[in-house]
Amino acid sequence: MIVAAFSDFMQQVVSGLASGGIYALLALALVIIHRSTGVINFAQGEMATFSAYIAWTLTVNHGLSYWPAFVACLAISFGGGVGIHRVVIRPVERGSVLRIVIVTIGLLVGINGFVIWEWGGEPQQLRSPFGTETYDVGGVIVAAHDIGTIAVALGIVLLLWLLFRFTKVGLALRAVAVNPDEARLVGVRVTWMLALGWGLAATLGAVAGMLTAPTVGLDPQMMQAVLIYAFAAAVLGGIDSPIGAVVGGLLLGVLLNMLSYLSQYGAFDWFTEELRLPAALLIILVVLLVKPTGIFGRPEVKRV
Amino acid sequence: MALLELDRVGARYGPVHALHDVSLTVREGEVVAVLGANGAGKTTTLRAISGTVSRSGTIELEGKAVKGGPEVAAKAGIAHVPEGRGTFVDLTVIENLKLGAYTRRHGSVKADIARIAEYFPWIAERGGQRAGTLSGGEQQMLALGRALMSRPRLLLLDEPSLGLAPMVVREFFRIVRELNEKEGLTVLVVEQDAKIALKASARAYVLEVGRVALTGASDELRSDESIRKSYLGY
Repeated sequence: MIVAAFSDFMQQVVSGLASGGIYALLALALVIIHRSTGVINFAQGEMATFSAYIAWTLTVNHGLSYWPAFVACLAISFGGGVGIHRVVIRPVERGSVLRIVIVTIGLLVGINGFVIWEWGGEPQQLRSPFGTETYDVGGVIVAAHDIGTIAVALGIVLLLWLLFRFTKVGLALRAVAVNPDEARLVGVRVTWMLALGWGLAATLGAVAGMLTAPTVGLDPQMMQAVLIYAFAAAVLGGIDSPIGAVVGGLLLGVLLNMLSYLSQYGAFDWFTEELRLPAALLIILVVLLVKPTGIFGRPEVKRV
Repeated sequence: MALLELDRVGARYGPVHALHDVSLTVREGEVVAVLGANGAGKTTTLRAISGTVSRSGTIELEGKAVKGGPEVAAKAGIAHVPEGRGTFVDLTVIENLKLGAYTRRHGSVKADIARIAEYFPWIAERGGQRAGTLSGGEQQMLALGRALMSRPRLLLLDEPSLGLAPMVVREFFRIVRELNEKEGLTVLVVEQDAKIALKASARAYVLEVGRVALTGASDELRSDESIRKSYLGY
């Protein structure tokens, strides 16, 4: 019984880390845009869905094998993100935050409509590159897709960290987030850096979308719940903290699975799958009330 | 030859004209001060040069018109240290310096950081520290160091003395003079503190409500009591 309970527990941790990895990627996308453009991008989930459909159509209709399609999808998504910034965000960027938010909501509706119009509303199957096998690791049953998801998510986070930390363009991206006026004075072309941020966010979303589709099925609504989890993860970690987004995502994934796990063993037995999303919303609310800057966020210091 | 030439430059913020017909010249290797009361247009003059405000008239650097935004001016060799210590507070000292070299295509960034650390020895030990944790004086020095990283043709300093202790201000201007004498750095400095600015500069312009009211050699302005009293307030 105890052994079974432990392996159950570990299984929940692993699958929690896998879904948490996806939340982390999408939360990271939200953080990147929030740091540069100063708004929550409500279209982030739909952009990811769109990317997942691109990957699907590349494999099914254009005969690409998975990894070439994966890379092509990232490139297309990056270009799409840059394009969205140049065409619809940049014209309203100088205005109030509300205007940008409304544009992102417009994008949400628009992209969702386009996806249904182009590919139909019925679910499609985007296969996992890691297969559907499961492995028994010392009594703990782990799915290959979960392990692959964790590996890809961590790999992407590492690449992004290297980019921000050690490259000139990464430094410029951070400078723009800290102080755009100042960045222009040292010669950084700020509007292109913002576009680049949108491109990176779209690319992160694409990875999240491609990793989500195999488990929940590819359909036009598939990222809507994931976006809520990503919000919760970003708020939990600190909306301006990239590390916070990653830790928040992983923590949230495991935490929600723990609730499911405990409910199986009697504690919180009222907790059912339907309550996962409300639980995430509750986390957002509690964090905003108790510690609005999240775990890693620094309170904004203003010079007076 | 004039390094920088402003010919009847005007500038405005929305409908408010902050600058009318300002003409001034900075020659290669000179330190020139722009003085005047609050709201005289000193800061706006610098902003017009670096393109952070919409402007009219002509601005030429080495005979070539300077047009476009601050990123273009930066590339042309104009380093602007804005009012209130322009540092990236969340980035480290070294990262701030590296950003100063952003427009540069050649030369070793490392060697330049080492060169700048000769003027500001504390930089060597505290390179990994976040700029926001530095004292006001250190941030102003860092802002100067960052501007130097671009190997500028022209350095624009906006009110470097603001909010700093007199001793720190003297040290700051001592370094500016040293840079000017040793490396031939050309500087256009805007100051409220006329006394120290006249000491550090060779020539000065006095602005009054967006126009040049007076210009001359700094020594002469300093020694003319009536000018000092009516224009410089000391």
